[in-house]
Amino acid sequence: MSQTLFDKLWNAHIVRPETPDAPALIYVDLHLIHEVTSPQAFTELAERGLKVRRPDRTVATMDHSTPTWPADLQGQRRYASEQAWEQVRTLLDNCDEHGITVHDWDSPNRGIVHVMGPELGLSRPGMTIVCGDSHTSTHGAFGALAFGIGTSEVGHVLATQCLLQRKPGKMRVTVDGRLGAGVSAKDLVLHVIGRIGVDAGTGHVIEFAGSAIRALDMEGRMTVCNMAIEAGARAGLIAPDQTTVDWLRGRAHCPQGEDFEQAASQWLQLKTDPGAHFDREFRFDAEEVAPTITYGTHPGMVVGVDQAVPASIDAAGRRAMDYMQVTPGQSLLGRKVDVVFVGSCTNARLGDLRAAAEIMRGRQVADGVRMLVVPGSEQVRKAAEAEGLDQVFLAAGAQWREPGCSMCIAMNGDQVGPGQTAVSTSNRNFEGRQGPGSRTFLASPATAAACAVKGCITDPRHIDGPPEVRIHFPAPRQMEARQ
Amino acid sequence: MTPFKRLNSTTVVLTERNIDTDQIVPARFLTTTNRRGLGQAAFADWRFDKHGQVREDCPLNARQAETSEVLVAGENFGCGSSREHAVWALLQFGFRVVISSRIADIFRANALRNGLLAIEVDADTHAWLLDNPGAGVTVDVVQARLRLPDGRDIEFELDPFARTCLIEGVDALGYLLGQEQAIAGFEQGAREAA
Repeated sequence: MSQTLFDKLWNAHIVRPETPDAPALIYVDLHLIHEVTSPQAFTELAERGLKVRRPDRTVATMDHSTPTWPADLQGQRRYASEQAWEQVRTLLDNCDEHGITVHDWDSPNRGIVHVMGPELGLSRPGMTIVCGDSHTSTHGAFGALAFGIGTSEVGHVLATQCLLQRKPGKMRVTVDGRLGAGVSAKDLVLHVIGRIGVDAGTGHVIEFAGSAIRALDMEGRMTVCNMAIEAGARAGLIAPDQTTVDWLRGRAHCPQGEDFEQAASQWLQLKTDPGAHFDREFRFDAEEVAPTITYGTHPGMVVGVDQAVPASIDAAGRRAMDYMQVTPGQSLLGRKVDVVFVGSCTNARLGDLRAAAEIMRGRQVADGVRMLVVPGSEQVRKAAEAEGLDQVFLAAGAQWREPGCSMCIAMNGDQVGPGQTAVSTSNRNFEGRQGPGSRTFLASPATAAACAVKGCITDPRHIDGPPEVRIHFPAPRQMEARQ
Repeated sequence: MTPFKRLNSTTVVLTERNIDTDQIVPARFLTTTNRRGLGQAAFADWRFDKHGQVREDCPLNARQAETSEVLVAGENFGCGSSREHAVWALLQFGFRVVISSRIADIFRANALRNGLLAIEVDADTHAWLLDNPGAGVTVDVVQARLRLPDGRDIEFELDPFARTCLIEGVDALGYLLGQEQAIAGFEQGAREAA
């Protein structure tokens, strides 16, 4: 019988099949951990006298609570609180006790967990990957089944390398056609979430397919899968292809030489069979995607940056627009911006920084705007510095920080002030997400950079003034849903 | 976990849709290394204004909320971050049941791992509950039924495994540890196949 890619990944990891009385027991190939969602799980193990079953399948980083300021001359770091420091120290102690590799301050590979894992070749096609972090869906870009779990389940995986799971439903989002100039993977995924809604994927794993998805590089694919959770999905997936194989070749934890070629030929078999059944299907045309920005308080409230926000709204929309101080029916263009953040597991890879730098080069951050550029990992930081991107940002008046989650989750001291407007390349525009009272507009790195330069919400295609010929986007076609 | 078979309680209603876990527990409370003291953090920015003053218009601050064990919320409750702190905070605030027409996957899994019953109900029942804050309801875990004061008796979906865990007050880790032989066998098979 025809199987989807997800079926194949699921079946290959069943330790015990599900029954009416018990969920399936699913084996986890790679468990990534960080300081925020692991301490209580280690405590649970300690209380029960348990050991970590497979420290060799567990890798730790520190990213959420860590400061992004460089260490001072004495090597001291400016943690947001004693408790934040305590949390990082607890992770280091736990990893030390259980023999888990941890990428700490001294590691040349430390980074945001979902940037670091792929970069090191830890995340590979065909694997199951979990982490106590909802954006674990990112790793699905490699054709791995990757999803976020809570702290109790972090404990389950530490103790048994397994999880109890009911099989989710199957959903496919196909995007064909070509993205326009200045339109990125971030715009594409925001556009999709805006159409299908923030809970369309609940109970499902989404496979992204179609020519526009295949045309994306691995960084773009990671951006798309990263945001699958913002459509409510358990995981996002993209079938491996030559782009995947080429990106992985030579990475530290990948097989090398002949072993790699052998692995690669197996990875290329991982795809949905023709005629395989999906429970939900959506189709989009990439040419309809404009540079896209959010206007509300969840990632499904989106609009083309040059379009007006909806005029007719329900109570929830009204509350969101009140919070954001957005006027129904009006364009966002020209809205004053206080903070611009380029970073996060969604958009802090080298290509993202290049896209932002391309806009910033030879330009200045507008007066009154604070811009933070936070690379996703030490490797990204070094690569960006090697090509002088840090100097582009610094010369423009932006801050160039050290890797971490930073202002996306705003728990390390990097925050947007109360009432301030931020344009962010991150993934969530929830009320208060970037600091109490903060107002977040999600966008691509190019759009964020354009907003920093102009000091207001700006279409990155028209940064040097209005275009002579307005680019016209046809009215969105009704999406086809096959049930 | 305390065994949970049945409860009678009035409801507290938050009508907002898409309540994300950042609302349930703002990230600034996540630097803790234990599970304690999160009751105060529950919906902190909804219950208190920026000066730390109690918001009188928040249903969670009403006197009745102090004794209520059932939270009714708008569609798609618990979306966003996987932070289990959201579940710990709701339990410590005093809730044992959350009812919505749709509950986000990770939140639901986290809830059931901690003895917080997350129930999805049909649109009509949901609308009635949203319109009738403070209604006295009965939640029967053993029968997987929700009884409303007007006599309606609604069956809800509850995974049999999760139901057993709730009724017996046990968590899933014990069961998982009992699967050691199967896990070792799987690992052996995977090694041989490689």
